[in-house]
Amino acid sequence: MSAPQKTKSGPAQIDVTVSAVVPVTEFVTRFEFTRRDGTEFPPFSGGAHTVVAMQDGTRTRLNPYSLMSDPADLSTYAISVRREDDGRGGSVFMHSQVKQGDAMTLTNPVNLFSLDLRAKKHIFFAGGIGITPFLAMIGQLELTNGNWELHYASRTPENAAYADVLLAKFPTKVHVYYSSANERIPLADVLDGQPLGTQAYACGPERLIDGVRDTAIGLGWPDSNVHSEEFLAPAAGAPFEVRLCKSDKTITVGEHESLLEALEREGVDAPFLCRGGACGQCETDVVSGAGELIHCDHWLEEEEHASGKKIMPCVSRFVGELLEIDR
Amino acid sequence: MSKFEFPPSIGSRPIWGTLEPRTGASHLFIADAHGAEAIIDVATPELMETGHIIFISRGTDYADKLRALAPAQFYEGPSYDASLPRIKRVLSDAKMGLQVYLSGTEGLMGQATNEATSAGVPPAAIQTDHRGSTARRMQCVHCKGFTEDVETDPFVCSHCGLNLFVRDHYSRRLAAYQGVCVDAEDPGNVPAQKGIYE
Repeated sequence: MSAPQKTKSGPAQIDVTVSAVVPVTEFVTRFEFTRRDGTEFPPFSGGAHTVVAMQDGTRTRLNPYSLMSDPADLSTYAISVRREDDGRGGSVFMHSQVKQGDAMTLTNPVNLFSLDLRAKKHIFFAGGIGITPFLAMIGQLELTNGNWELHYASRTPENAAYADVLLAKFPTKVHVYYSSANERIPLADVLDGQPLGTQAYACGPERLIDGVRDTAIGLGWPDSNVHSEEFLAPAAGAPFEVRLCKSDKTITVGEHESLLEALEREGVDAPFLCRGGACGQCETDVVSGAGELIHCDHWLEEEEHASGKKIMPCVSRFVGELLEIDR
Repeated sequence: MSKFEFPPSIGSRPIWGTLEPRTGASHLFIADAHGAEAIIDVATPELMETGHIIFISRGTDYADKLRALAPAQFYEGPSYDASLPRIKRVLSDAKMGLQVYLSGTEGLMGQATNEATSAGVPPAAIQTDHRGSTARRMQCVHCKGFTEDVETDPFVCSHCGLNLFVRDHYSRRLAAYQGVCVDAEDPGNVPAQKGIYE
């Protein structure tokens, strides 16, 4: 018998209609949503994300996307999705299947990448589609005439989603760098000499995030003044068997499936928020495991990874005989 | 002078550290009295190249020793309050990468921590090192007046004259411990005065 569950885990759901599908660049499309019950969306702060439920045949895909719409406008939520042809299929589903007028489900927003509003100044570093959370943050800061600047790296001008809009609206605050023109964000120049109380935020490829953090720390910035967000897609890997001791079940996690998704497929209620190894909500105790845990999250400390006592089912996997978890 | 080991206490009581050199664009040292020893212990030519020492001697003779470290800037102030405009100005001009080192009495470190945090330095990035007097900066919870350098428990509020019991409850906002009337129920029945850590 599985343990009785009071409420279903994960944030509350919102039923929405796709109100617009707008191509932005060759790879990026914006999806706008309105609520089906006609009321306003819950308020959110810049940097928040929502988890979009996609009904792909019998499979439910749940992918997190940063909200990029203006936090002051609660009639609409908008996300921008980059098509990843080599990805797990969620972004391709959004691009190829989702049409205006479709019914979908979003979760209430969760913010794991919020502005530190005590800052004297905010500096944003975006790489590619990493621009999306900053669009909402900029909207939020502009309401209060906030002090910010954006450094945005993209491959080419054609690929730089929203760069034209941002440059037109904020010509003195927005700086765009194109790798096709051999331009790079001069991290040391940007970070050096900023006023005391500046906060830096990075979103994009790991290389950009590491570059911002390492450069700032090297200049003597406190670690707490550098913020980053990187959603990890669950890695594919060899299927493995998992014994769920609370639910009294043994399940197999497929090659292209995360442990969290396998739990959900089996109807086991498992907590989650970000589904990308960042928030810590799905942290699960490992009871035993004859084999090796493949940790992919940003949440657990190194010692916890080494201990073999914890796993983040949203992104991490297992190689070996049988994994037993407390779920 | 050996460092005083504060007895274990409640969670609100600050815990002071030991200064260590850090990487940074510039280095601000604020110290009073024996706090100078912590600066002398941590000082390196590299730190002093971009170092600014603000020192309140309180009757000690460390000023020449600190000057001999050859910091980029040295200021000796007669009191914390007299040095405050300079501290505020230095922090308002400072850039990211500034490292803050505070040493000396609890009153100095608490108040300077407040200045640094309101200028944008996160509290965890501020280094402290307690040296010298264990006297406390106290706030009377009744009249809200501050009494500096309190060494005995109980003590008499320098503003309203009540007999105050020295508590370990500490306010970071005020950089002061709380003093509460000790003879409210039975005026005049005041316990014998003793040192705070006796």
